[in-house]
Parts: sequence; C-alpha cells; structure tokens
Amino acid sequence: MSDYYLHAGLPQPVATPLDEPYWSALRENELKIQRCISCGGWQWGPEWICHRCHGDALEFANVAAEGVLYSYERVWHPVHPALAEQGAYLVGLVELPQADNVRVVGNILGDPQQQVTIGAPVRGVFEHHEDAERPYTLLHWELR
Amino acid sequence: MSNSMRGQVAVAGVGETDYYKRGEAPEAEFKLALSAILRACEDAGIDPKRVDGFASYSNDRSDPSRLAAALGCEELRFANMQWGGGGGGGSGAVANAAAAIHAGLADTVVVFRALAQGQFGRFGQGPRRNTIAGDFAHTVPYGLMSPAQMFAMKVVRFMHDHGVAQEALRAISLACYHHAQANPRAVMYGRPLDEAKYDDSRWIVEPFHLFDCCLENDGAAAMVLVSAERARDLPNRPCFVLGAVAGSDYRAGASVHNTPNYASSTFKTLAPRLYDMAAVGPADVDVLQSYENFTGGVLMSLVEHGFCAPEACNDFFVKDRFLAPSGDLPLNTSGGNLAECYMHGLGLNVEAVRQIRGQSTSQVPDAEVSMVISGPMVTPVSACIFGSEATL
Repeated sequence: MSDYYLHAGLPQPVATPLDEPYWSALRENELKIQRCISCGGWQWGPEWICHRCHGDALEFANVAAEGVLYSYERVWHPVHPALAEQGAYLVGLVELPQADNVRVVGNILGDPQQQVTIGAPVRGVFEHHEDAERPYTLLHWELR
Repeated sequence: MSNSMRGQVAVAGVGETDYYKRGEAPEAEFKLALSAILRACEDAGIDPKRVDGFASYSNDRSDPSRLAAALGCEELRFANMQWGGGGGGGSGAVANAAAAIHAGLADTVVVFRALAQGQFGRFGQGPRRNTIAGDFAHTVPYGLMSPAQMFAMKVVRFMHDHGVAQEALRAISLACYHHAQANPRAVMYGRPLDEAKYDDSRWIVEPFHLFDCCLENDGAAAMVLVSAERARDLPNRPCFVLGAVAGSDYRAGASVHNTPNYASSTFKTLAPRLYDMAAVGPADVDVLQSYENFTGGVLMSLVEHGFCAPEACNDFFVKDRFLAPSGDLPLNTSGGNLAECYMHGLGLNVEAVRQIRGQSTSQVPDAEVSMVISGPMVTPVSACIFGSEATL
C-alpha cells in the first residue's frame, strides 16, 4: 500500500469501450493514445470520431511516456476520506510532444514540497495496483 | 447589429430568499424556488399566475411544469434549461429568457436558481464510490476531483505565463468581503477579512487559499423579465438587457484538460460578441459582478473582457480599484459568491439589477451600465450587460 503515491481508497478506474486500449496498455507498461487512421492526428481524451477529419477509424498508438510539464497544482485540502491523512500532494498536467501535445494528468512523484517548474521535461512511471479487485495501472511522472 | 435584442427586454423584478449556510435551509428546495419567484413577481408588480416562462441552468431540480402548476400559472410557453454545470449558465438563462421574449415565444419569463445542498449533496466533495469510468477515470484516481482542483490547474498556468502574484487574487477576495460588510443579507456579514487573515488562511489547493474559494449555500433567487415596453409601465425603474451571450471557444469541452485555450476563463470569443451586442466597451462599464467560483476565475475573466492586459495584472488587481463607491471598477458589490451567497451566481445578476435601480447596499453613484460575468472556466460560460433608460 505504502508504495502508492496516494493513499488507497480513491475510486478505481474502470475502462469503457472508448478508452479500454489505454487502460490495457498501461497494464503492460505502455502508453497508448488515440490516433486517427485517416489523417494521422492524435487526440485526447478519446472521442468516437476524429475532431479534425471526422473519420471514425481510430486506433490507439504507442507514445513514449516522456513529456513536458504544462501545468501542475499542489493540493492541500482533502476532498475525499481516503486522503484525510495524505497531506499535500502534487498533480501534473503533462504534454506529450510525440502526440501533437495532447495532455494527460498524473501525479508528480517525489517530495510534495519540491519546487516544480512549468516546462520541465518529465518521464512516466507506471504504478501497478495489483491488489485491486480489478487490477489497474496509473501513470505518474517524475522530473527527468 | 441588425435584429439585435439590445434594449428590447428588461428585468422588472427580482426576489431572493434568505441565504443560509449549506444544509441549513429550513424549507424544501422547491419551496425556496417558489418563495424567490413570488418575491420577484411582487417586486415587479406582476401576478405570478401571468408568468408564462421559466429559464434556469446547471440542472436545476425545480421543474418548470411543476413550478407552473404550483403557482397556478395560466399557461406555460417557455421551459428552458441552459446546458452545463457550475454557474456558467447564469447570464445564459437571462439571454435565453430575453431571446424568448424578443422572439415572441413568451411574455413573462422567470429566471431562477434554487439550491439546497444539504438535501441533495455538496459540490465541493469528491465522488464516494469504489470505481469510476469515463473522463473522470483519467483524473479522480490522481486526486484531481473537486472544482477547486479542476480550475487551479488553469490558474497556475495563467499566473506562470503572465507573472501574476498572489496579491492579485487577494485583492479580489478582499473586495468581496469588504462589500459583504455593508450587506445584511450576506452570509459573511459581520465577518470582515483583511490582508493578514487572508495570508494566514490555509491552502485549499495552490494558488487558492480558503478565502479564494466560494461558499456553499442554500437559498433561491429569481428575476422577472418582460418586454421593455411593458417594463416602462411597471413600478420599478426598468433594467434593460443591453446584451447577453453564452458559449465557449474552440473545443473548450475537450476532455481530460485538453482544452486548446487552456489558461482561460473561456470568454475569449464571447466577450467581443457581448460588447458588440450591447454597443459598449469595458471603459463604459460602471459596475461589474464577476462570478467567483475561485478568485483565479475573476482574474482571467477581467483580462478576457478587456479590463486589463494580462501582463498588467499585478498593477491592476488592487483592492481600492474594486471598492464602491469610489473605485474605478467596483466589483461584486453585494459580496458575491465569496461573501454574500453562492446561489450559483444568480445573486450577481440580481445585484447588477439593484445597481441600475440605485438600491445596492454598496451603491455606485449614477450606475448606468452594469455587467455580469457568469461561471468562468467551465463551458458554456455566459455574460450579460444591463443598462438604464439613459443607455438606450
């Protein structure tokens, strides 16, 4: 339990038909983002059609789990009982330059009080929750 | 602008219940809605049975057909809900009501919002369930789940891009609390705020201290809109709708924080449309009510509405500028969502009307152009400008 960045007890992610390949890929230490087969454009969060060309032939393609910190926040007030004893924690918004700069959300590992710099390069860290009823994986980030 | 509804519709009456801390309303939410509507009709000098339309927002639970039945309305001709959450639809509901009257769909339209969070659950709490799917599965497991957490991410980026200091946010909060001290209706009446108290208050999520965050309240507010022609024959000084718009810019609804124009209050495309319809500019605005879900939303709203260049925020956002009666941009003169009441921002529209009538507890002398910015950072958002007869 203590290996997880946040205390246990938050709602656990469950895949939908729209984002299932994303969650499955995280289980395998891979990041897959939605891409349009027709025009090659990336998009996130996932949609049923491509917002550029309106094609509905979409795939989930591999992207290196490397990005740039677009924004972040240091959270103090717990709004969920699972976080009551958590203390401060960091949430980051990470751009993926290899996927048209779409953004993903994850925690920023390390000291919650660390100085965080927008624009800093970050590397993905896969956090496997094997003890969950339906095991899942989260994608966090650490400064490169 | 051809076929504009500028000056064609007016607010004839406003009504509010008492405002309570969340969970403390002594009456059912639906009764609160009815009470506010009855007061607004009484204020307007209009028989409630003549109301033939209702407009609300944010999935208000008080259904117009049930309201019409409970009030004994002779006929229902307009039952409107502006899509979207938060307070983004506050001025949108005004726009919809005004458009309906201007187009002849209805004659007497009530804009209302009723909230009893104790009866139906709170906004500022995370989801209490074991699993989560869809868009929120990509944020909630990382501890990003409350409105403050969703919006702080935008504000951090905006403040980074433009070098904005914490004191800019503080000035907004201080102005709201200052005005609430003159307003006996305000939940924070008698509870003043100063710089030290703000600085010492705990962080909710950086850059929001406790006093950067709105209240959570129970109560209801309502406004009665009629044609401008009819409003002139009613008891109150008419408060004309000069402009009212709702919407958002390109892909504002992209999920998982992928809105292209991210560090934004969502008003980039709307603000020019509002000023165009109202035929005024920011320099003409005598008094401003700007929705504070969080002070950072006010910061970006004022920038996107042209009151201040983004790089000038540290000079512009100082308390004295925002204080009635003498500041050059009196802001949130009832105390707003931070210190009067969080009625999903409809209280801001009511206060904007009071300013035109000369009835605010922090009255701006000779207020002729009175503006409201509703629900920044969500989508759709909305804004409206009210004017006195002199502005027509």
